[in-house]
Amino acid sequence: MPQSSQFCTFYLEKLLFGVELKGVQEVIRSLITTDVPLAPDAVAGLMNLRGQIVTAIDLRQRLALPPRSGDSAPMNVVIRSEEGAVSLLVDAVGDVVEVDHGTFEPPPDTLQGKVRHLILGVHKLPGCLLHVLDVERACRMAEDEVAVVGH
Amino acid sequence: MSDSDIVQDFLIESYENLDRLDRDLIELEKNPQDIDALAGVFRTIHTIKGTCGFLGFSKLETIAHAGENLLSRLRDHQLALSPEITTALLTMVDAVRQMLKAIETSGQDGDNDYPELRDNLARLQTPADEPAFILTNEKAALVGEVAKNVDTEASALLSQAEVKLPDGSSALLPTEGRTRDASAETIRVGVNLLDRLMTMVGELVLARNQLLQFTDTLEHNELHTASQRLNLIATELQEQVMKTRMQPIGNLWSQYPRTVRDVALGCGKQVEIEMDGKDTELDKTIIESIKDPLTHLVRNAVDHGIEAPELRIKVGKPPAGRILLRAYHEGGQVIIEICDDGAGLDLERIRTKAVARGLLDGPHAAQMSERELSQLIFVPGFSTAEQITNVSGRGVGMDVVKTNIERIGGVVDVQSVSGKGTTIRVKIPLTLAIIPALIVRCEGERYAIPQVNLLELVRLEAERDSKRIEMVHGAPVYRLRGRLLPLVYLKRELKSNLRDSTATATEESEVELPDFALARQKHQAWIERLRQVMEGKITISAGEAGSAKGCDLGKWLYSFGLKQYMGVPEIHSLEQAHKQFHESVRDFVTTHAAGMKSRDQGEFDIIATMSQQIVALLTQVEKRVLEAQAVSIVVLQADDRQFGLVVDEIHDSQEIVVKPLRKQLNVAKTFAGSSIMGDGRVALILDVLGLARRANAVTEDHDHRESDKCRASNDSGKKQTFLLFSGPDDSRMAIPLSTVARLEEFALSQVEPSGNQWVAQYRGQILPLIRLDSVLDERRRTSRNKRALPPENSGTLQVLVLNQGGKSVGLVVERILDIVEDVALIRSPATRAAVLYSAVIGKRVTELLDIAAVLKAAERGSATCANSARVAAGAN
Repeated sequence: MPQSSQFCTFYLEKLLFGVELKGVQEVIRSLITTDVPLAPDAVAGLMNLRGQIVTAIDLRQRLALPPRSGDSAPMNVVIRSEEGAVSLLVDAVGDVVEVDHGTFEPPPDTLQGKVRHLILGVHKLPGCLLHVLDVERACRMAEDEVAVVGH
Repeated sequence: MSDSDIVQDFLIESYENLDRLDRDLIELEKNPQDIDALAGVFRTIHTIKGTCGFLGFSKLETIAHAGENLLSRLRDHQLALSPEITTALLTMVDAVRQMLKAIETSGQDGDNDYPELRDNLARLQTPADEPAFILTNEKAALVGEVAKNVDTEASALLSQAEVKLPDGSSALLPTEGRTRDASAETIRVGVNLLDRLMTMVGELVLARNQLLQFTDTLEHNELHTASQRLNLIATELQEQVMKTRMQPIGNLWSQYPRTVRDVALGCGKQVEIEMDGKDTELDKTIIESIKDPLTHLVRNAVDHGIEAPELRIKVGKPPAGRILLRAYHEGGQVIIEICDDGAGLDLERIRTKAVARGLLDGPHAAQMSERELSQLIFVPGFSTAEQITNVSGRGVGMDVVKTNIERIGGVVDVQSVSGKGTTIRVKIPLTLAIIPALIVRCEGERYAIPQVNLLELVRLEAERDSKRIEMVHGAPVYRLRGRLLPLVYLKRELKSNLRDSTATATEESEVELPDFALARQKHQAWIERLRQVMEGKITISAGEAGSAKGCDLGKWLYSFGLKQYMGVPEIHSLEQAHKQFHESVRDFVTTHAAGMKSRDQGEFDIIATMSQQIVALLTQVEKRVLEAQAVSIVVLQADDRQFGLVVDEIHDSQEIVVKPLRKQLNVAKTFAGSSIMGDGRVALILDVLGLARRANAVTEDHDHRESDKCRASNDSGKKQTFLLFSGPDDSRMAIPLSTVARLEEFALSQVEPSGNQWVAQYRGQILPLIRLDSVLDERRRTSRNKRALPPENSGTLQVLVLNQGGKSVGLVVERILDIVEDVALIRSPATRAAVLYSAVIGKRVTELLDIAAVLKAAERGSATCANSARVAAGAN
């Protein structure tokens, strides 16, 4: 078991988030998306990434953060997942950081609500906290959300 | 190459060999003298035995060895091939297949070592009779040679495992040279890789299109030549890559001789199978998805279609039945036919069975055509087999076949001639990966509609035709050649939150339009007036000159037009020009009045030009507004039912590459997938059936319910007398006159409350009164709270007295309209409760009221009445 792992970091509402680097396919600028009517709210649409159809997920919406201001274009962090690629829409992309497992802590009990299920925990970096996103959960729309939309 | 790779290759190789064994054994049984077939069988089994010995699958080796021993006796003509031996060998093939499956899943050759089969194979080695055929010396020598060659080849397999061995011809000549040649020609490629290639080629084509568009704008010869070359290469590449996914249908059919033999043997029949068009190519995915339905059809043909030999001889047919499989291309689709020369469908029995099952009633069944009757075999739970065999007769099957074939956009049809046989025709698309689709636009996004669902396109131009969308109580319908076509607005279906809103199509279509012709005329007339002003004939005050906001056109623009047609660029130019025009006119008359006549001519010319500009813009805006008003209807077929999908725009049709959609995106089952359009953007493919279900244009049990209702009401085709009346919201309704006892008019003062019901004293009885809107499942909620109250607006009530089972009920209607005689042939299903169906009666769409539901509502009313009385008593 390695003592450290690499994270691809990005910012959302000035918070630092990270996903494990090995699950990231690529990072790209914003692409034109096509709306998917009747889909869960967090689905920002579909994009054509060199012939591969990628589902874009608005992470701000998913993490119950306020919507992105109109003029700033999001960045795409493209993740490989079981059901094809998924793109996470984020505000800006940060560095790739290598973190030691010892700095990890699970989320505090005071963090409640649906967001708690999406954050595995935090790494205590010097000067800031790195929120570790549960990518699988974030890409998989929760059952209850689906039920609401599906009537 | 790792061990697991070797095992993997061994498995793939062996599966293919087993399939060939099936074929060869059947061939051999038919033609026991066929040395080549025997050689092929021996060689295949020997190869399997050799390889699995090498890989350490001892149980598998034992079984294969037992089979090989038996075969060697045959080869050495010490034994004659009997059906028993063939069956034993085929069972061995099955056992080997089982073991390979076990190896595939667990890596071991399983626990079962098939002792019975081994005994059987050993027992059969002792000859029962004289050999039935003697090999000539020459042939025997050839077979011997085969056996020798086989040994060397089994070991060769391991060294060249990544290269596929030939399996093209069934009669293999054991010359090594030929083997090598063939293996050099084919390699095994994963489907994933092909799919990725397809994707990349698709993107290449898109990039090419963009490049072509760009180079067309440039004058550069060399660039043009290069891009033309790219164009040709990309097109060819796409075609070739498409071809890699195609497989001959023969690959699928090759297992059928075995299937037919087994089924025929099981039910004591003799059946020969013939195939025509083995080379017809189909996409791999299609082949996979028609495999089960087709196998079922073939088994069915043997079990149901072909008669027993005695019976065949009795009717003068050869004892052996014949099944013909045919495949060919027709109009971009593939037709597969399964023909048998059996007894044909017993239509009488189907009819009786359908009535017995309650699928049809007697008189209706008697009227059905042969074609309609034969289609009944596709109804779930329908089977006419007298005896349930292990093959068919369980009542599941044909409906599943139909569903599976329709799932891939195919059609299945049956034709039958009594005593001559049955033909089942399956029509399927060439590929699922690329489908022709119609592109439509709705709310700015493009959507693709698979062409298989498409029947026709209807465009209703604004003024003339928009009236032809009629409402059956809020449900829009369109009369398409005299039939009511229910309309579904794509816009509304794609909005989840607006599903329950009361917005109806009327509100959308009743858009205020200005009188464009009058506006043009008025603004032109100004020129003449100004000329007269200039000539001093009349004077106009600045107030009269009018303001941009004051004139009719301005009023429309600022209150409605600009908002509604925001996306139309011309309307903004019109607004600007119109504002300027009125300002200039006012300036003109003010300066004129002030006496500065020298500037008149110049100003006048400018205003005249402006007026012309406004007229031109008005015409353009009118065109755009009418276009926006026009209704585009895509007539679609889903589950034998038609509906019209209203979209914003209809674009062209094109071939699209289907890509799957993540399940979670498609919770409402409205989309069938996605595709990349020519400009590189993604478009969603509509799932027509899902959409229809969502819009309730098709419900699961709709067909039965609708036909039941239609039949229950009258014998179609006969003239009936209807009483027409208007229901709530002026909807036009009817009931058969025969159900009405009397028409009465009650003064409001005669109506008394009783519990929560209203009653009237009538001929010495208490007549409960029912308001129509309390019976109908109201869409407009506003009227619901008024339900219990009698209408205040008139002094009298129009009441239809209905008499049924000794009970009388008064039905309060808004107005009694007419009594007409009509056939009521044109029908569409009901859209609300207590309505049987909608029909064209007296040339207008009319809803037929369900009397039974009305009477039931009356009973419910008195029940609640009794309850409330009890509650009241308890309170006291």
